[in-house]
Amino acid sequence: METLNSITPELIRIVMAVVGGVVIVFGNALVMGYLERKLAGHFQRRPGPMEVGFHGILQLLIDGVKLMGKQLVVPAQADKKLFMLAPMLSFVPVFLPLLVIPFSDKMQAFDLDVGLLFILAVAAINVLAILVGGWGSNNKYSLFGAFRSVAQNVAYEIPMLISLLAIVFMTNTFSLKGIVEAQNIWFVVLQPVAFLIYLVCMVAETNRAPFDLPEAESELTAGFHTEYSGMGFSLFMMAEYTNMFICCSIATVFFLGGTSGIPLPYFEYTGAIWFVAKVYLLMFFLVWIRWTYPRTRFDQLMNLCWKYLIPFSLVNLLITVVVVKL
Amino acid sequence: MKAYFTELFTGFWSLIVGLKVTLKALFSPIVTTQYPREKIEITPNYRGHIDLLKDPETGTHKCITCGSCMRECPSDCIVIDGEKREGVKGKVLTVFTLDFTKCSLCGACVETCPTGAIDYSNEYELAGRARSDFYYDLIKRMEERQ
Repeated sequence: METLNSITPELIRIVMAVVGGVVIVFGNALVMGYLERKLAGHFQRRPGPMEVGFHGILQLLIDGVKLMGKQLVVPAQADKKLFMLAPMLSFVPVFLPLLVIPFSDKMQAFDLDVGLLFILAVAAINVLAILVGGWGSNNKYSLFGAFRSVAQNVAYEIPMLISLLAIVFMTNTFSLKGIVEAQNIWFVVLQPVAFLIYLVCMVAETNRAPFDLPEAESELTAGFHTEYSGMGFSLFMMAEYTNMFICCSIATVFFLGGTSGIPLPYFEYTGAIWFVAKVYLLMFFLVWIRWTYPRTRFDQLMNLCWKYLIPFSLVNLLITVVVVKL
Repeated sequence: MKAYFTELFTGFWSLIVGLKVTLKALFSPIVTTQYPREKIEITPNYRGHIDLLKDPETGTHKCITCGSCMRECPSDCIVIDGEKREGVKGKVLTVFTLDFTKCSLCGACVETCPTGAIDYSNEYELAGRARSDFYYDLIKRMEERQ
């Protein structure tokens, strides 16, 4: 009984936050994996997975079991320590940003004052994981993929930060909850340029088509995860899907008003429905553009960033600052 | 400077046009066939392996056991044999086998047949576990067919 009494509400909150995080990471990977394949099918006018369960709804579970049952092959010439470290280094940090995302008024584990900086700092570890994985594989395709990923992520973090900074100047806070509360009008209306820039950067940051150069199938077989099999590969995939979720959550918090929507009973909890709906709408958009645009060339990718996104985000920031000061 | 903005806007517009195209495809009906569950009609011009035709008048084949198909076959995959029977004019076909593992689907046998007794079949589901699965007894196949 004494141990039970010593469990404080705070501890329960932490446990619930961790469990919630795990549920989101794995549930999102399952749902997105299914949706992506199903939507990919319908964009190409074919039905997608159809065999396992009703309209293939259990396909991803079966795939998960298959991946778990597979042997983890380490190439003979690979740097074994780095090779094994990379998937974990990619997967572990994706839990942390989930802790500061305000899913609804009360469903937020920690309301950090520097929530945005925390998310961006933790998300940057993923780049390191890709570099470690690509280097450790001792494979030319992996190495090229890793190099491309680093160059791309470093370049696109700049306009992403500057476009988000415009919002921070308007709200005077880095706290995600504060930003949600500051939105009487959704910031997508007040800051359409910042929203567009953020969307482009989001696609590039999550290494998705048309900016999927780090894992370009037709050029680099699979890029940085060429040599990974079984769970090593699936950890990378889950990290990628969770990063998509996090990036879409940031977009929702900054531009789409977070939880705001038609009021429901117990809105401090049920607001999460609107939040998740907005996130998945953005995810749908990501899938949509993946099956619309061909992959960019590397110089086009860099030109887009340095010649268009960064100047426009800087001008947008300047105008925002002047308007806020007035 | 003007080119910079022109490129920006035309590029952006082309992206939106592309999105419109794929969104239309998303809500269009699917065009593929779920093969083992549904099958589409196969064209009558399809040239599968040969089969003995059944003559609707006599209820049997029209083969006179002349052996021209066997001689014509460049791959030597047809074997036919016949025997003399009491009261029947000419020879009666007793063996007509096709070794489909060697057949090159040239069609010389169908071209040369004087009575038009053989023709291409529409069979395309040709998977087997052993070589012997492809030694067809065409008389048996004809009798089993309706």
